[in-house]
Amino acid sequence: MTAGCFHCGLPLLEPGRHRAFLLGAERELCCAGCEAVASTIAAGGFERYYEARTREAPPARPPGESKIEEPSGGEASLILERITCSACLWLIEQVVGRVPGVTGIHVNFATRRAQVAWDPSRTSLARIIAAVRAVGYDACPYEPRRQEERERRERRAELWRLFVAAFGAMQVMMYAFPAYVGEVSPEDMQLMRWAALLITAPVLAFACRPFFAGARRELATLRIGLDTPIALGLAGGFAASAWATLTASGEVYFDSISMLAFLLLAARYAEGALRRRAARALDPLLEWTSQKPVSKGQAVTVAPGERFPADGVVESGRSSADEALLTGESRPVAKAAGDRVVGGSVNLEQPLTMRVTHGGADTQAAAIARLAERAAASRPRLVEAADRVARVLTPLVIAAAGLAWLHSGNPWVAVAVLVVTCPCALALASPVVLTRAAGGLLARGALLTRSSALEPLARVTDVVIDKTGTLTQGRLALRRTHLLGESDAQRCLALAASLEASSRHPIARAFAGIEASPVEARHAVGEGIEARVDGRLVRIGSRDFCGAIVAIPPPGTNASVFLADDSGWLAAFELEDELRPHARRAIADMAQAGLTVHLASGDTPDAAGAVAGRLGIGRWQGAMTPQAKHDYVARLQAEGRVVAMIGDGVNDAPVLARADVSFAMGSGADAAQLKADVVLTGNSLDAVLRCIGVSKRAMRLVRQNLAWALAYNAVALPLAAAGWIGPWEAALFMGASSAAVLLNASRPLSGAPPWKASSFSSPSRSPSYS
Amino acid sequence: MESLLLLVALSVALVFLIGAIFWRALQSGQFDDLERPAHDILDDDD
Repeated sequence: MTAGCFHCGLPLLEPGRHRAFLLGAERELCCAGCEAVASTIAAGGFERYYEARTREAPPARPPGESKIEEPSGGEASLILERITCSACLWLIEQVVGRVPGVTGIHVNFATRRAQVAWDPSRTSLARIIAAVRAVGYDACPYEPRRQEERERRERRAELWRLFVAAFGAMQVMMYAFPAYVGEVSPEDMQLMRWAALLITAPVLAFACRPFFAGARRELATLRIGLDTPIALGLAGGFAASAWATLTASGEVYFDSISMLAFLLLAARYAEGALRRRAARALDPLLEWTSQKPVSKGQAVTVAPGERFPADGVVESGRSSADEALLTGESRPVAKAAGDRVVGGSVNLEQPLTMRVTHGGADTQAAAIARLAERAAASRPRLVEAADRVARVLTPLVIAAAGLAWLHSGNPWVAVAVLVVTCPCALALASPVVLTRAAGGLLARGALLTRSSALEPLARVTDVVIDKTGTLTQGRLALRRTHLLGESDAQRCLALAASLEASSRHPIARAFAGIEASPVEARHAVGEGIEARVDGRLVRIGSRDFCGAIVAIPPPGTNASVFLADDSGWLAAFELEDELRPHARRAIADMAQAGLTVHLASGDTPDAAGAVAGRLGIGRWQGAMTPQAKHDYVARLQAEGRVVAMIGDGVNDAPVLARADVSFAMGSGADAAQLKADVVLTGNSLDAVLRCIGVSKRAMRLVRQNLAWALAYNAVALPLAAAGWIGPWEAALFMGASSAAVLLNASRPLSGAPPWKASSFSSPSRSPSYS
Repeated sequence: MESLLLLVALSVALVFLIGAIFWRALQSGQFDDLERPAHDILDDDD
């Protein structure tokens, strides 16, 4: 018998306090929220729910107080409507980008959302949306409830079109059948033709509207896309058949037209369903971040099962939190007074009181959501090239169709050519793969900030690691102080603390607890800090940096940080840093996967060697300046290696930029400021190898799809032009090709399915994410 | 010939009628959730 809450399965905190009469017995519940929900269920007579369910309910939460907010700061996410292909997105990007005052726009195909940034003094969101409408699309600021309503309307319209086309095609086939088997009198034949015309007309008018609307848009802006050839084929075929019916002469092909419409719509419907599914991976994050923000400094009490409303620090209480949404870490993380909590994570056990440090758009979750949306705006080079090919291909196809018609004298050959080519396989499958890759990585603790990084990521041969804060916790502690001069330890430490007070380098934290006096410090990146204290020039930093102001040769210690003034050496500090959990295993896994691991550290060779030795890294180098690291990476690249650089922050920005792919550890709220291709939100090195695995599979799928699309078109186009493929066979092939590409795009991207990783977490919470 | 005329006219009318019925079903939300009915049959009474 379970000891947890009868409603949600969470542990009972106050047994006997919350109860409800359910299924003929008094049941224990964990909180007032669950009690209220359960009582409502019971009062409504829905107790059978508890018998029928196979999983516990998500923990009750207070009713949401969602409020539509005016976009402030000139940035907004927009839902784009009526998008049919990636050319439409290109168009919107161009049009909005040219609105005066717009500073940036990124459009995401799979989620059909756009990120717009503008200068509020020069333009407004209303004007941006007006610009989108002017080219035939629609946009509205993203707000989850409205999004659902729109999605439902769109789905209904799609189903309706599909039904009209399918049912019409079946019926028209009946009328066409006698003509194929022969033995029909001309009068009867004419009757059948009129009936077929009567039914094909609404199929074209209702069901095929998206093709015609798309073609009109494409022609109005002189960008020939996928819809123009299809619309031309449909309209041309219908006009020729209608003329034949009216004049009772020639041939009619109403059956081909309606069959064609049905197959095309079916392909489009399947594509839409797949795209919606792919876009859902990011939804929990986006939905959460659009909720009402709390203000900074506010104290908030968070009940178990609720999400933390913002980033903050625990003031009182002891509990654990589920941070899977943000870090991919599925095990609960213990939280006590003084610990940081992340907005969007779920409080699991007991009420906690927190003090908000970052609210609303400043939260880590909001930053991650923005980065994730921005990521999708950049595409791997291969995909961009394919898009360009697709744009060039369509006008060529139309020209080929015209030539085939002239040559054969049969308009149906032209229709077949228009329909059989399938540039959508080029343009449409890749966004699905990219969105799925980004969503899959996020669930595994890695945030892709640039989709174009997937391509080099898949080819990585060497991993260069910057020791500080990457292999270690980044929490340095002072282990020993060697006195080298006449000053006592207290004065040396005070001096060191004063110099380090303004630094953000991890070393500075080792001196954080010591009382410091303000000094005007000058930073030499990667070397040290100097300042004038009581009229003397004082330096703290590497042996060479300090040695430059001292005449005497440096003393022999294995300390890593030195303190000196212009009269001589003062002290040397031995610092110690804990290895990150699992670092050893992650390094071993990388080596086993065939990656060469390098350690390029700014620490002393002794310290770097010690860490390398403990982790089994063969190639290492210590005492490297940022410039030396940069050159080291460049040298590897010159040998034809593809380098992934794993850094932790500020002092390796130039090296991160030099590497083919850059990773950064994304602890704290700094994630958004890191200039890396991938931010490891879970702070775990394991994620690096998983990223490489996912991107390898993603790029393989993209390449397969492109190869298929090219091969298919190369074969199908000449066959249709030669008249060997009729219009409806063409539609069938084209539909099958689209389906093959889309199904291929939806194959799993990861060897280890995400549900295995999440099996650690208690089942009661999983439903709230789905 | 006359019977054929009648039958063809009837079939066309039928197509439009069925289309209208489907339209109503669609707008009443019958196809909004295609997963629920699968679970509903496990429900004994209703």
